[in-house]
Amino acid sequence: MRGRAAGVAKAFAIVSLVLAMTACSGEQAVLAPRGPAGDVLARFSWLLFIGGAAIFAGTMAMFAFGLFMPERTKGIPPIKLIVFGGVAFPVVVLTALSVYTAAVGGKVDLGRNARAEGREPVRVNVDGVMWWWEVEYPQADGSTVKSANEIHVPAGRPVEIHLTTRDVIHSFWVPTLHGKMDLIPGRTNRITIQMDEPGVVRGQCAEFCGLQHTLMSFWVVAHPPDEFDAWIEAQRRPAAEPATPELVRGRDAFLASGCGSCHQVRGLEEGASKAGGAIGPDLTHIGSRLSLGAATLPNGIGPLSGWIAGSQQIKPGNRMPSYHHLDGETLTALAAYLESLK
Amino acid sequence: MAMRPPYAALLLLLAACGDDEMSAPAPLTVTGGVAERGRSVLEANRYGCAACHVIPGIAGARGLVGPPLNAMGLRGYIAGRMPNKPENMIHWIAHPRSVDPQTAMPETGISEDDARHVAAYLYTLRTVPR
Repeated sequence: MRGRAAGVAKAFAIVSLVLAMTACSGEQAVLAPRGPAGDVLARFSWLLFIGGAAIFAGTMAMFAFGLFMPERTKGIPPIKLIVFGGVAFPVVVLTALSVYTAAVGGKVDLGRNARAEGREPVRVNVDGVMWWWEVEYPQADGSTVKSANEIHVPAGRPVEIHLTTRDVIHSFWVPTLHGKMDLIPGRTNRITIQMDEPGVVRGQCAEFCGLQHTLMSFWVVAHPPDEFDAWIEAQRRPAAEPATPELVRGRDAFLASGCGSCHQVRGLEEGASKAGGAIGPDLTHIGSRLSLGAATLPNGIGPLSGWIAGSQQIKPGNRMPSYHHLDGETLTALAAYLESLK
Repeated sequence: MAMRPPYAALLLLLAACGDDEMSAPAPLTVTGGVAERGRSVLEANRYGCAACHVIPGIAGARGLVGPPLNAMGLRGYIAGRMPNKPENMIHWIAHPRSVDPQTAMPETGISEDDARHVAAYLYTLRTVPR
């Protein structure tokens, strides 16, 4: 009896640990699903946790039984234990799991299911780059709207993400919405996500991809369906014109410092200088984003100044040099200009 | 019960005489500032302080754009020009451009209240690097 009590206590400890884990903030937790595919995976995770804990508890109980009451085990033939515990039990459990997986597994293929119902998913292209995410929204007229490190989606609609990489293997993972999908050089992989309610959840690269793999994260922002088109329209517009002398100074510094050789700011063109670079993220609406440096820093004039002048301390090894040769006033003007690009 | 001289307390008093505490300046305190709340403001990094400064006790605060903020509770001057006093510290955090128009430190939009809490936290930093 002592053995069984110990087993139950252990199972209880494991279950409470798992419960404690679900209490985490939830913006990036498998056990706090925010969409239909996430729901299936969370349910499946719980089944495995609880089933695994029960089997572990049973095994420990038998172990304790054998340890503390050896005289009571005398009559049990070992072959019986092997046939029932080692063969029959795993066959039954694994068969049941296979049947369950086959029954619910198809539910996570949101793209196929939507098409079977005659609904075409929204399409978004995501290109993995060391160490950020380029995000493109192809439009019906053949144009695209470009942004970075944030995937905006209409709530309640399936969104098919076409995943490519321009360097090494990355992996796209939004734990609240779906499983992982790798980004493989030379291939386009697809995963369809859906977020049920408006809100923001976090995702990150889940395949080690070099020095700043840890800081290669992103946000998924779900808008109410009727506001999504307005968001696309706003992102489609060229960059805002600088409205004050300080912002003009910031824009001039942007062009003079060569920021445009790596970053595009649509609509920004002055003399021979252009801002049409494609090496770094498109900054046309950088001021409207939630974060900087692939969810490394919050957005704002302070973090922008720090990032421009010290990106190599914040994210060592990233492709952007620290621009600390700018004088103080120019640096803050440049940061103010970028912040104004809403 | 017979009265006994409080030897232990006397010894402690004597020990205090030999300590550095006698020569160190009195701790700078900020009226109304809560160091723990200042720590939360710095941790959240909404104003980006940690992007430019090394700040002891704040995760990820290892920027080298501005000066490190260790021992801020003991330093003589702020921004190289104002005596290190709470009201100057709060003013500098909230409105650095009004003190030095050429500074690389931006007006981050931090509120007076949050600046007060941040100052309270910075004054807890009293370890001199050796």
